[in-house]
Amino acid sequence: MKDLLFAYILRLADDAAILGQRLGEWCGHAPTLEEDIGLANVALDHIGQARALYSYAGEVEGKGRDEDQLCFLRKEREFSNCLLVEQPNGDFAETIARQFFFSAFMLPFWEKMKASKDETLAAIAAKAEKEAAYHLRHSAEWVIRLGDGTEESRERMQDAIELLWPFTGELFEADDTVKVLVAEGVAVDPASIRDEWRETVGKVFGQATLEMPEEGWAQTGGRSGMHTEHFGHLLTEMQYMQRAYPGLKW
Amino acid sequence: MVIAMASLAENQGKTQSLRDKAWAVAAKVVDPEIPVLTLEDLGVLRDVRVADDGAIEVDITPTYVGCPAMGIFTMDLETELAKAGFDNVRVKTVLSPAWTTDWISAKAREKLREYGIAPPEGKASRRALFGDETVTCPRCGSENTEKISEFGSTACKALWKCRDCAEPFDYFKCI
Repeated sequence: MKDLLFAYILRLADDAAILGQRLGEWCGHAPTLEEDIGLANVALDHIGQARALYSYAGEVEGKGRDEDQLCFLRKEREFSNCLLVEQPNGDFAETIARQFFFSAFMLPFWEKMKASKDETLAAIAAKAEKEAAYHLRHSAEWVIRLGDGTEESRERMQDAIELLWPFTGELFEADDTVKVLVAEGVAVDPASIRDEWRETVGKVFGQATLEMPEEGWAQTGGRSGMHTEHFGHLLTEMQYMQRAYPGLKW
Repeated sequence: MVIAMASLAENQGKTQSLRDKAWAVAAKVVDPEIPVLTLEDLGVLRDVRVADDGAIEVDITPTYVGCPAMGIFTMDLETELAKAGFDNVRVKTVLSPAWTTDWISAKAREKLREYGIAPPEGKASRRALFGDETVTCPRCGSENTEKISEFGSTACKALWKCRDCAEPFDYFKCI
Protein backbone atom coordinates (compact mmCIF):
# COMPACT_ATOMS: atom_id res chain seq x y z
CA MET A 1 0.00 0.00 0.00
CA LYS A 2 2.81 2.37 0.95
CA ASP A 3 4.62 1.47 -2.28
CA LEU A 4 1.54 2.25 -4.34
CA LEU A 5 1.01 5.57 -2.62
CA PHE A 6 4.67 6.46 -3.14
CA ALA A 7 4.42 5.60 -6.84
CA TYR A 8 1.24 7.63 -7.20
CA ILE A 9 2.57 10.77 -5.52
CA LEU A 10 5.71 10.48 -7.60
CA ARG A 11 3.69 10.58 -10.84
CA LEU A 12 1.97 13.75 -9.82
CA ALA A 13 5.30 15.24 -8.75
CA ASP A 14 6.98 14.20 -12.01
CA ASP A 15 4.18 15.70 -14.12
CA ALA A 16 4.51 19.01 -12.30
CA ALA A 17 8.32 19.07 -12.25
CA ILE A 18 8.78 18.20 -15.92
CA LEU A 19 6.19 20.67 -17.16
CA GLY A 20 7.74 23.30 -14.88
CA GLN A 21 11.16 22.57 -16.40
CA ARG A 22 9.81 22.80 -19.96
CA LEU A 23 8.07 26.12 -19.27
CA GLY A 24 11.20 27.42 -17.59
CA GLU A 25 13.03 26.95 -20.91
CA TRP A 26 10.99 29.88 -22.23
CA CYS A 27 12.44 32.25 -19.66
CA GLY A 28 14.09 35.04 -21.63
CA HIS A 29 12.81 33.69 -24.98
CA ALA A 30 9.02 34.19 -24.98
CA PRO A 31 7.38 36.21 -27.80
CA THR A 32 6.55 39.17 -25.53
CA LEU A 33 7.73 40.36 -22.13
CA GLU A 34 4.31 39.73 -20.56
CA GLU A 35 4.31 36.14 -21.80
CA ASP A 36 7.87 35.64 -20.63
CA ILE A 37 6.75 36.58 -17.13
CA GLY A 38 3.51 34.63 -17.53
CA LEU A 39 5.16 31.36 -18.56
CA ALA A 40 7.77 31.70 -15.83
CA ASN A 41 4.97 32.22 -13.30
CA VAL A 42 3.16 29.10 -14.47
CA ALA A 43 6.48 27.22 -14.30
CA LEU A 44 6.94 28.46 -10.74
CA ASP A 45 3.51 27.17 -9.72
CA HIS A 46 4.30 23.75 -11.16
CA ILE A 47 7.70 23.64 -9.49
CA GLY A 48 6.09 24.64 -6.19
CA GLN A 49 3.58 21.80 -6.56
CA ALA A 50 6.40 19.41 -7.45
CA ARG A 51 8.40 20.39 -4.36
CA ALA A 52 5.46 19.75 -2.03
CA LEU A 53 4.72 16.44 -3.75
CA TYR A 54 8.35 15.20 -3.86
CA SER A 55 8.83 16.07 -0.19
CA TYR A 56 5.70 14.14 0.68
CA ALA A 57 6.72 11.20 -1.54
CA GLY A 58 10.05 11.09 0.30
CA GLU A 59 8.25 10.97 3.66
CA VAL A 60 5.97 8.17 2.50
CA GLU A 61 8.90 6.20 1.13
CA GLY A 62 10.72 6.58 4.44
CA LYS A 63 14.22 6.03 3.08
CA GLY A 64 15.45 9.53 3.72
CA ARG A 65 15.24 10.75 0.12
CA ASP A 66 14.37 14.43 -0.09
CA GLU A 67 12.84 16.51 -2.90
CA ASP A 68 16.19 17.13 -4.58
CA GLN A 69 17.20 13.48 -4.60
CA LEU A 70 13.87 12.43 -6.05
CA CYS A 71 13.88 15.09 -8.75
CA PHE A 72 17.54 15.25 -9.70
CA LEU A 73 18.99 11.81 -9.01
CA ARG A 74 16.52 9.41 -10.58
CA LYS A 75 17.11 8.03 -14.06
CA GLU A 76 14.94 8.36 -17.14
CA ARG A 77 13.16 5.03 -16.73
CA GLU A 78 12.37 5.82 -13.10
CA PHE A 79 10.35 8.90 -14.04
CA SER A 80 6.63 8.30 -14.38
CA ASN A 81 5.36 11.59 -15.80
CA CYS A 82 2.90 11.48 -18.68
CA LEU A 83 4.37 11.91 -22.16
CA LEU A 84 2.44 15.13 -22.81
CA VAL A 85 4.41 17.23 -20.34
CA GLU A 86 7.83 16.20 -21.67
CA GLN A 87 7.06 17.20 -25.27
CA PRO A 88 9.34 19.99 -26.50
CA ASN A 89 8.18 23.61 -26.37
CA GLY A 90 8.04 23.82 -30.18
CA ASP A 91 6.59 27.13 -31.26
CA PHE A 92 4.42 29.17 -28.91
CA ALA A 93 1.26 27.40 -30.16
CA GLU A 94 2.65 23.99 -29.16
CA THR A 95 3.52 25.26 -25.68
CA ILE A 96 0.03 26.69 -25.32
CA ALA A 97 -1.70 23.53 -26.61
CA ARG A 98 0.33 21.38 -24.19
CA GLN A 99 -0.58 23.66 -21.28
CA PHE A 100 -4.23 23.87 -22.26
CA PHE A 101 -4.68 20.08 -22.55
CA PHE A 102 -2.90 19.54 -19.24
CA SER A 103 -4.59 22.33 -17.26
CA ALA A 104 -8.06 21.39 -18.56
CA PHE A 105 -7.37 18.00 -16.96
CA MET A 106 -5.67 19.18 -13.78
CA LEU A 107 -8.30 21.71 -12.70
CA PRO A 108 -11.06 19.10 -12.21
CA PHE A 109 -8.41 16.61 -11.04
CA TRP A 110 -7.27 18.79 -8.12
CA GLU A 111 -10.84 19.74 -7.38
CA LYS A 112 -11.68 16.06 -6.84
CA MET A 113 -8.41 15.38 -5.03
CA LYS A 114 -9.47 17.84 -2.32
CA ALA A 115 -11.81 15.07 -1.11
CA SER A 116 -9.00 12.49 -0.90
CA LYS A 117 -8.71 10.50 2.32
CA ASP A 118 -5.01 11.34 2.22
CA GLU A 119 -4.86 14.63 4.10
CA THR A 120 -1.58 15.82 2.61
CA LEU A 121 -2.72 15.20 -0.96
CA ALA A 122 -5.99 16.97 -0.18
CA ALA A 123 -4.08 19.96 1.25
CA ILE A 124 -1.78 20.19 -1.78
CA ALA A 125 -4.84 19.88 -4.04
CA ALA A 126 -6.59 22.81 -2.38
CA LYS A 127 -3.64 25.02 -3.28
CA ALA A 128 -2.96 23.57 -6.72
CA GLU A 129 -6.60 23.88 -7.79
CA LYS A 130 -6.50 27.66 -7.50
CA GLU A 131 -3.31 27.77 -9.56
CA ALA A 132 -4.67 25.38 -12.20
CA ALA A 133 -7.69 27.67 -12.68
CA TYR A 134 -5.33 30.47 -13.70
CA HIS A 135 -3.27 28.22 -15.96
CA LEU A 136 -6.40 27.03 -17.73
CA ARG A 137 -7.75 30.52 -18.25
CA HIS A 138 -4.42 31.83 -19.50
CA SER A 139 -3.85 28.99 -21.97
CA ALA A 140 -7.51 28.90 -23.13
CA GLU A 141 -7.40 32.62 -23.91
CA TRP A 142 -4.35 32.03 -26.07
CA VAL A 143 -5.93 29.07 -27.86
CA ILE A 144 -8.81 31.36 -28.81
CA ARG A 145 -6.61 34.32 -29.69
CA LEU A 146 -4.41 32.23 -31.98
CA GLY A 147 -7.17 30.00 -33.37
CA ASP A 148 -9.44 32.91 -34.14
CA GLY A 149 -6.52 35.08 -35.24
CA THR A 150 -4.69 35.28 -38.54
CA GLU A 151 -4.50 32.55 -41.13
CA GLU A 152 -1.02 31.66 -39.98
CA SER A 153 -1.77 31.67 -36.23
CA ARG A 154 -4.81 29.48 -36.84
CA GLU A 155 -2.83 27.02 -38.90
CA ARG A 156 -0.08 26.80 -36.31
CA MET A 157 -2.57 26.35 -33.47
CA GLN A 158 -4.37 23.60 -35.36
CA ASP A 159 -1.05 21.87 -36.16
CA ALA A 160 -0.06 22.00 -32.49
CA ILE A 161 -3.35 20.41 -31.49
CA GLU A 162 -2.97 17.60 -34.03
CA LEU A 163 0.62 17.03 -32.94
CA LEU A 164 -0.14 16.73 -29.22
CA TRP A 165 -3.58 15.13 -29.38
CA PRO A 166 -2.25 11.51 -29.33
CA PHE A 167 -0.62 12.26 -25.94
CA THR A 168 -3.86 13.35 -24.27
CA GLY A 169 -5.29 9.81 -23.99
CA GLU A 170 -2.65 8.91 -21.40
CA LEU A 171 -4.12 11.43 -18.95
CA PHE A 172 -7.16 9.16 -18.59
CA GLU A 173 -5.25 5.92 -18.23
CA ALA A 174 -5.76 4.01 -14.98
CA ASP A 175 -3.38 1.16 -14.19
CA ASP A 176 -3.50 -1.07 -11.10
CA THR A 177 -1.82 1.55 -8.92
CA VAL A 178 -4.54 4.06 -9.70
CA LYS A 179 -7.37 1.52 -9.44
CA VAL A 180 -6.33 0.32 -5.97
CA LEU A 181 -5.89 3.86 -4.68
CA VAL A 182 -9.20 4.98 -6.18
CA ALA A 183 -10.90 2.12 -4.33
CA GLU A 184 -9.19 3.31 -1.13
CA GLY A 185 -10.54 6.84 -1.61
CA VAL A 186 -7.02 8.24 -2.00
CA ALA A 187 -6.63 8.74 -5.76
CA VAL A 188 -8.82 10.41 -8.36
CA ASP A 189 -10.36 8.19 -11.03
CA PRO A 190 -9.21 9.85 -14.25
CA ALA A 191 -12.19 8.41 -16.16
CA SER A 192 -14.45 10.61 -14.02
CA ILE A 193 -12.82 13.70 -15.54
CA ARG A 194 -13.11 12.73 -19.17
CA ASP A 195 -16.49 14.32 -19.88
CA GLU A 196 -15.56 17.63 -18.25
CA TRP A 197 -12.24 17.68 -20.09
CA ARG A 198 -13.90 17.08 -23.46
CA GLU A 199 -16.49 19.73 -22.73
CA THR A 200 -13.87 22.34 -21.82
CA VAL A 201 -11.72 21.51 -24.82
CA GLY A 202 -14.71 21.45 -27.17
CA LYS A 203 -16.04 24.76 -25.91
CA VAL A 204 -12.71 26.54 -26.28
CA PHE A 205 -12.01 25.02 -29.71
CA GLY A 206 -15.48 26.15 -30.79
CA GLN A 207 -14.75 29.72 -29.80
CA ALA A 208 -11.34 29.45 -31.41
CA THR A 209 -12.81 28.08 -34.68
CA LEU A 210 -10.49 25.08 -34.34
CA GLU A 211 -11.27 21.49 -35.22
CA MET A 212 -11.41 18.90 -32.47
CA PRO A 213 -9.45 15.85 -33.65
CA GLU A 214 -11.09 12.42 -33.78
CA GLU A 215 -10.55 10.07 -30.89
CA GLY A 216 -7.89 7.67 -32.03
CA TRP A 217 -4.49 6.31 -31.25
CA ALA A 218 -3.28 7.23 -27.79
CA GLN A 219 0.46 7.07 -27.23
CA THR A 220 1.13 5.98 -23.66
CA GLY A 221 4.01 4.57 -21.63
CA GLY A 222 5.18 7.45 -19.46
CA ARG A 223 3.61 6.07 -16.30
CA SER A 224 5.73 2.94 -16.61
CA GLY A 225 8.89 4.83 -17.50
CA MET A 226 8.78 4.42 -21.29
CA HIS A 227 9.42 7.96 -22.47
CA THR A 228 9.77 9.72 -25.80
CA GLU A 229 13.25 10.48 -27.05
CA HIS A 230 12.99 14.12 -25.96
CA PHE A 231 12.94 13.18 -22.30
CA GLY A 232 16.54 12.12 -21.83
CA HIS A 233 17.71 15.44 -23.25
CA LEU A 234 15.50 17.29 -20.82
CA LEU A 235 16.91 15.36 -17.85
CA THR A 236 20.47 15.96 -19.03
CA GLU A 237 19.97 19.66 -18.60
CA MET A 238 17.69 19.56 -15.57
CA GLN A 239 19.91 17.21 -13.56
CA TYR A 240 23.28 18.60 -14.58
CA MET A 241 24.08 20.41 -11.33
CA GLN A 242 23.27 17.52 -9.00
CA ARG A 243 25.13 15.08 -11.26
CA ALA A 244 28.20 17.30 -11.50
CA TYR A 245 28.19 18.34 -7.84
CA PRO A 246 26.39 15.59 -5.88
CA GLY A 247 24.63 16.85 -2.78
CA LEU A 248 24.86 20.48 -3.89
CA LYS A 249 22.69 22.83 -1.82
CA TRP A 250 21.83 26.46 -2.45
CA MET B 1 -0.88 19.72 45.60
CA VAL B 2 -1.97 23.30 46.04
CA ILE B 3 1.59 24.42 45.47
CA ALA B 4 1.86 22.22 42.37
CA MET B 5 -1.35 23.73 40.97
CA ALA B 6 -0.13 27.23 41.65
CA SER B 7 3.17 26.60 39.90
CA LEU B 8 1.38 25.00 36.96
CA ALA B 9 -0.79 28.11 36.62
CA GLU B 10 2.29 30.28 36.88
CA ASN B 11 4.01 28.25 34.17
CA GLN B 12 1.00 28.52 31.90
CA GLY B 13 0.98 32.25 32.46
CA LYS B 14 4.67 32.45 31.52
CA THR B 15 4.14 30.35 28.42
CA GLN B 16 1.24 32.55 27.40
CA SER B 17 3.23 35.75 27.80
CA LEU B 18 6.21 34.25 25.93
CA ARG B 19 3.86 33.22 23.17
CA ASP B 20 2.28 36.70 23.02
CA LYS B 21 5.68 38.32 22.90
CA ALA B 22 6.82 36.01 20.09
CA TRP B 23 3.60 36.60 18.17
CA ALA B 24 4.08 40.37 18.42
CA VAL B 25 7.59 40.03 16.95
CA ALA B 26 6.52 37.63 14.19
CA ALA B 27 3.50 39.75 13.32
CA LYS B 28 5.76 42.71 12.44
CA VAL B 29 7.78 40.85 9.79
CA VAL B 30 6.90 42.26 6.36
CA ASP B 31 6.55 40.71 2.93
CA PRO B 32 9.80 41.57 1.08
CA GLU B 33 7.89 42.10 -2.18
CA ILE B 34 5.14 44.23 -0.61
CA PRO B 35 6.85 45.89 2.34
CA VAL B 36 3.70 47.76 3.42
CA LEU B 37 2.10 44.47 4.47
CA THR B 38 3.09 42.28 7.39
CA LEU B 39 2.77 38.51 7.42
CA GLU B 40 -0.12 39.01 9.81
CA ASP B 41 -1.88 41.45 7.43
CA LEU B 42 -1.54 38.91 4.62
CA GLY B 43 -2.85 36.02 6.69
CA VAL B 44 0.41 34.16 6.01
CA LEU B 45 1.23 33.96 9.74
CA ARG B 46 -1.01 31.16 11.03
CA ASP B 47 0.18 30.27 14.50
CA VAL B 48 2.88 30.87 17.10
CA ARG B 49 3.37 28.31 19.88
CA VAL B 50 5.77 27.53 22.70
CA ALA B 51 6.81 23.90 22.22
CA ASP B 52 7.49 21.49 25.10
CA ASP B 53 11.23 21.96 24.68
CA GLY B 54 10.79 25.73 25.03
CA ALA B 55 11.31 26.46 21.32
CA ILE B 56 9.09 28.95 19.55
CA GLU B 57 7.22 27.29 16.70
CA VAL B 58 5.86 29.52 13.98
CA ASP B 59 3.43 28.28 11.30
CA ILE B 60 3.30 30.10 8.00
CA THR B 61 1.35 29.24 4.86
CA PRO B 62 2.31 30.09 1.27
CA THR B 63 0.07 32.22 -0.91
CA TYR B 64 1.09 30.08 -3.90
CA VAL B 65 2.90 26.75 -3.37
CA GLY B 66 5.90 27.93 -5.36
CA CYS B 67 6.09 31.34 -3.68
CA PRO B 68 9.84 32.06 -3.54
CA ALA B 69 9.33 34.50 -0.67
CA MET B 70 8.74 31.63 1.77
CA GLY B 71 12.49 31.18 2.27
CA ILE B 72 12.87 34.90 2.99
CA PHE B 73 9.90 34.85 5.39
CA THR B 74 11.56 32.02 7.31
CA MET B 75 14.91 33.80 7.46
CA ASP B 76 13.34 37.10 8.50
CA LEU B 77 11.23 35.44 11.18
CA GLU B 78 14.28 33.67 12.60
CA THR B 79 16.31 36.88 12.53
CA GLU B 80 13.65 39.07 14.15
CA LEU B 81 12.84 36.50 16.82
CA ALA B 82 16.56 36.04 17.56
CA LYS B 83 16.92 39.81 17.99
CA ALA B 84 14.07 39.67 20.53
CA GLY B 85 15.92 36.99 22.47
CA PHE B 86 14.32 33.84 21.07
CA ASP B 87 17.25 31.64 20.10
CA ASN B 88 15.40 28.41 19.53
CA VAL B 89 12.91 28.98 16.71
CA ARG B 90 11.33 26.53 14.31
CA VAL B 91 9.42 27.92 11.32
CA LYS B 92 7.07 25.42 9.71
CA THR B 93 5.16 25.61 6.44
CA VAL B 94 1.56 24.44 6.59
CA LEU B 95 -0.60 24.00 3.47
CA SER B 96 -4.01 23.44 5.00
CA PRO B 97 -6.32 25.28 5.13
CA ALA B 98 -5.31 26.73 1.77
CA TRP B 99 -4.52 30.43 1.84
CA THR B 100 -7.11 32.70 0.29
CA THR B 101 -7.16 36.40 -0.45
CA ASP B 102 -10.22 36.54 1.86
CA TRP B 103 -7.74 36.51 4.75
CA ILE B 104 -6.30 39.87 3.77
CA SER B 105 -7.85 42.32 6.21
CA ALA B 106 -9.77 45.44 5.18
CA LYS B 107 -7.00 47.60 6.68
CA ALA B 108 -4.40 45.69 4.69
CA ARG B 109 -6.41 46.14 1.47
CA GLU B 110 -6.36 49.89 2.04
CA LYS B 111 -2.58 49.78 2.60
CA LEU B 112 -2.20 47.88 -0.68
CA ARG B 113 -4.21 50.47 -2.57
CA GLU B 114 -2.17 53.33 -1.11
CA TYR B 115 0.98 51.49 -2.12
CA GLY B 116 -0.27 51.36 -5.75
CA ILE B 117 -1.42 47.74 -5.87
CA ALA B 118 -5.11 47.13 -6.56
CA PRO B 119 -6.40 44.83 -3.79
CA PRO B 120 -8.30 41.63 -4.67
CA GLU B 121 -11.90 42.39 -5.59
CA GLY B 122 -14.71 40.51 -3.90
CA LYS B 123 -14.66 37.04 -2.47
CA ALA B 124 -12.53 34.18 -3.69
CA SER B 125 -14.29 31.36 -5.48
CA ARG B 126 -13.59 29.13 -8.43
CA ARG B 127 -14.75 31.39 -11.21
CA ALA B 128 -16.10 30.62 -14.63
CA LEU B 129 -13.47 29.94 -17.28
CA PHE B 130 -13.58 33.52 -18.45
CA GLY B 131 -14.76 35.63 -15.54
CA ASP B 132 -15.49 39.29 -16.04
CA GLU B 133 -13.60 41.27 -13.48
CA THR B 134 -13.84 44.92 -12.68
CA VAL B 135 -10.63 46.13 -11.15
CA THR B 136 -10.39 49.67 -9.83
CA CYS B 137 -7.28 51.71 -10.63
CA PRO B 138 -5.43 52.24 -7.34
CA ARG B 139 -4.19 55.64 -8.53
CA CYS B 140 -7.22 57.47 -9.93
CA GLY B 141 -10.10 55.22 -8.82
CA SER B 142 -11.40 54.65 -12.35
CA GLU B 143 -13.08 51.36 -13.19
CA ASN B 144 -12.18 51.82 -16.84
CA THR B 145 -9.24 49.40 -16.69
CA GLU B 146 -7.92 46.49 -18.73
CA LYS B 147 -5.90 43.38 -18.03
CA ILE B 148 -2.52 43.33 -19.75
CA SER B 149 -1.36 40.00 -18.43
CA GLU B 150 -2.69 37.31 -16.11
CA PHE B 151 0.74 37.18 -14.51
CA GLY B 152 2.58 40.12 -13.01
CA SER B 153 5.76 40.81 -11.08
CA THR B 154 5.09 38.03 -8.55
CA ALA B 155 2.97 34.87 -8.51
CA CYS B 156 0.23 36.61 -6.54
CA LYS B 157 -0.22 39.57 -8.89
CA ALA B 158 -1.56 40.29 -12.39
CA LEU B 159 -0.68 43.26 -14.57
CA TRP B 160 -3.42 45.79 -15.39
CA LYS B 161 -3.61 49.19 -16.99
CA CYS B 162 -5.91 52.15 -16.40
CA ARG B 163 -7.53 53.49 -19.59
CA ASP B 164 -8.23 56.84 -17.93
CA CYS B 165 -4.97 57.82 -16.26
CA ALA B 166 -2.95 55.45 -18.51
CA GLU B 167 -0.94 54.08 -15.56
CA PRO B 168 -0.09 50.39 -15.52
CA PHE B 169 -0.57 48.79 -12.11
CA ASP B 170 -0.32 45.50 -10.24
CA TYR B 171 -3.51 43.74 -9.20
CA PHE B 172 -3.43 41.31 -6.28
CA LYS B 173 -5.13 38.26 -7.78
CA CYS B 174 -8.20 36.96 -6.06
CA ILE B 175 -7.76 33.29 -5.12
